[in-house]
Amino acid sequence: MFIRLLLLLLLFPSISNALIEVDITRGNLNPLPVAVSPLSIDEDSRKNFKDILKKENIGSEISIVVENNLRQSGLFNPLNKDAFLQKPDIANLKPRFEDWSLIKAQALITGRVNFVDDKLRVEFRLWDVLAGKEMMALAFTTVPNNWRRVGHIITDKVYERLTGEKGYFDTRIIYVAEEGLKTNRIKKLAIMDQDGFNNKFLTLGNELVLTPRFNPTNQMVTYLSYFRNLPRVYLLDIETGVQEVVGDFPGMTFAPRFSPDGKKIIMSFAKDGNSDIYTMNLENRIVEKITNHPSIDTSPSYSPDGKYICFNSDRSGYQQIYVMKSNGENVKRISFGRGLYGTPVWSPRGDLIAFTKLHKGKFYIGVMRTDGSGERLLTENFYQEAPSWSPNGRVLIFYRETKTNSKGEGFTAKLWSIDLTGYNERMVLTETDASDPSWSSLLSN
Amino acid sequence: MKLIKILKNSFLVLLACLALSACATKKVSTQIQGDVYTGTDTVEYLASGVPDRVFFATNESVLTTASRETLRKQATWLRKNSKITIVLEGHADERGTREYNLALGERRANAAKDYLMTYGISSDRISVLSYGKERPVDSGSNPLAWSKNRRSVSVKAN
Repeated sequence: MFIRLLLLLLLFPSISNALIEVDITRGNLNPLPVAVSPLSIDEDSRKNFKDILKKENIGSEISIVVENNLRQSGLFNPLNKDAFLQKPDIANLKPRFEDWSLIKAQALITGRVNFVDDKLRVEFRLWDVLAGKEMMALAFTTVPNNWRRVGHIITDKVYERLTGEKGYFDTRIIYVAEEGLKTNRIKKLAIMDQDGFNNKFLTLGNELVLTPRFNPTNQMVTYLSYFRNLPRVYLLDIETGVQEVVGDFPGMTFAPRFSPDGKKIIMSFAKDGNSDIYTMNLENRIVEKITNHPSIDTSPSYSPDGKYICFNSDRSGYQQIYVMKSNGENVKRISFGRGLYGTPVWSPRGDLIAFTKLHKGKFYIGVMRTDGSGERLLTENFYQEAPSWSPNGRVLIFYRETKTNSKGEGFTAKLWSIDLTGYNERMVLTETDASDPSWSSLLSN
Repeated sequence: MKLIKILKNSFLVLLACLALSACATKKVSTQIQGDVYTGTDTVEYLASGVPDRVFFATNESVLTTASRETLRKQATWLRKNSKITIVLEGHADERGTREYNLALGERRANAAKDYLMTYGISSDRISVLSYGKERPVDSGSNPLAWSKNRRSVSVKAN
């Protein structure tokens, strides 16, 4: 899957302050109108790609990927293509800015697709319509099968150029695919692109699997499997399919996550009714006990610099969120609001901790600063939990169960995403019911 | 603190009873006492007169008087059938986060294990398996269903 993308920088004009910018720090109620012109394609290239990819016009298909990504972000409003006046090939050479400003586009994306030596070559340009300027131009060459990733990379580049922050589109989500009755649910590990495409099941559903999490540095995953009725933390290489048990514990290990450098797994080990937090170094297999308390200590998550750990403990009597140094010293409770708090996850930006809160029969996904101040609840529902951060720390993905009738019988479990601002809540489409999502790092940069 | 909690719980139960009697569905109120399931709908038997499971209050792993009685019956039966080994399967209801509930299920099953051990059952004959909220016995989303799901079940392993 790790296909090298040849990145050619064609032009990188200096940033002038007259150019358009998108503010992503507030809820964006006026998404930026952007025109995504279908990527132009010559007739020979079109036919070649049609043979290989079974797509009538791969140029249009890639632009649809970009358009959907931009729309999903909530920051952009891709305009209806029927209104476009200029043809894709001409627009890519020299847009007539009057035509595009007439339909209220503020930014314009154009491009061209070529079939070169059995490869897919894509160039694209981002234009500032009002200033009448080119903002960036890039070209990629890759194998044809990678065409969706090209669309994601274009979106990442556009997002970064317009917001000043890294994107999160060329990423994948690992999650638990669910089916069957609630009393005997069948669960499989599954992985898909961030937009729900290229879904693949990684286990067969013979044993219960829970809580998969990506290594932030590579394509390894850690998760909980009930293989042979022994709930243990496993490590899985999603490229090779090779998996192994993490450590040799005489009891249930669970709630695994990687350290930010990807070299350790932090998890809970339950013994004699008491769960404590442990780490295992994946290089030398050394196991360390981090907490030592007769209460339940679980759901550990490292700060991005690896110096601190937030975790869930009921040492005060009920589930609350605590922060400690990564060696287990200086344990401090940080959640003091009303209700129970669980599943703390440290933001990749370092400044916030996302959590699930239970209060008066409702579940909330929220964020607080790492000292517990500034608690903000982003979404409320009957049942939802397990937030996971986008790699740029701007979006949270989580899962929600919805009752299918008013008596509270039947349910569906789906993945949802929401902006840090609390706006732009969207269901993420999955083939089956889904839970426990974990967002990968950017696959390319 | 404890007293406040007990008072709060009994108040909640009182409220629940009032609400239920108002709806004239008295069946439920007789099946939950102090937030713990006391009915027999889901109970199976290891042997005649030996129920296989005990129930817990929300977020608790304390054994009730009824639970201790059930476990004493299980201990007596296990002493008579000394070749039998059991798995204690600990469960939680859906009103909690997944990972915390795995730990809670383990804690509940161990509460049952400890009690069996004080009645002379060797720990070699008892293993513990927590399912958290993954295997509810009642798929409903209401207080009665949740009370049935907060349980530790003794399952014959051989």
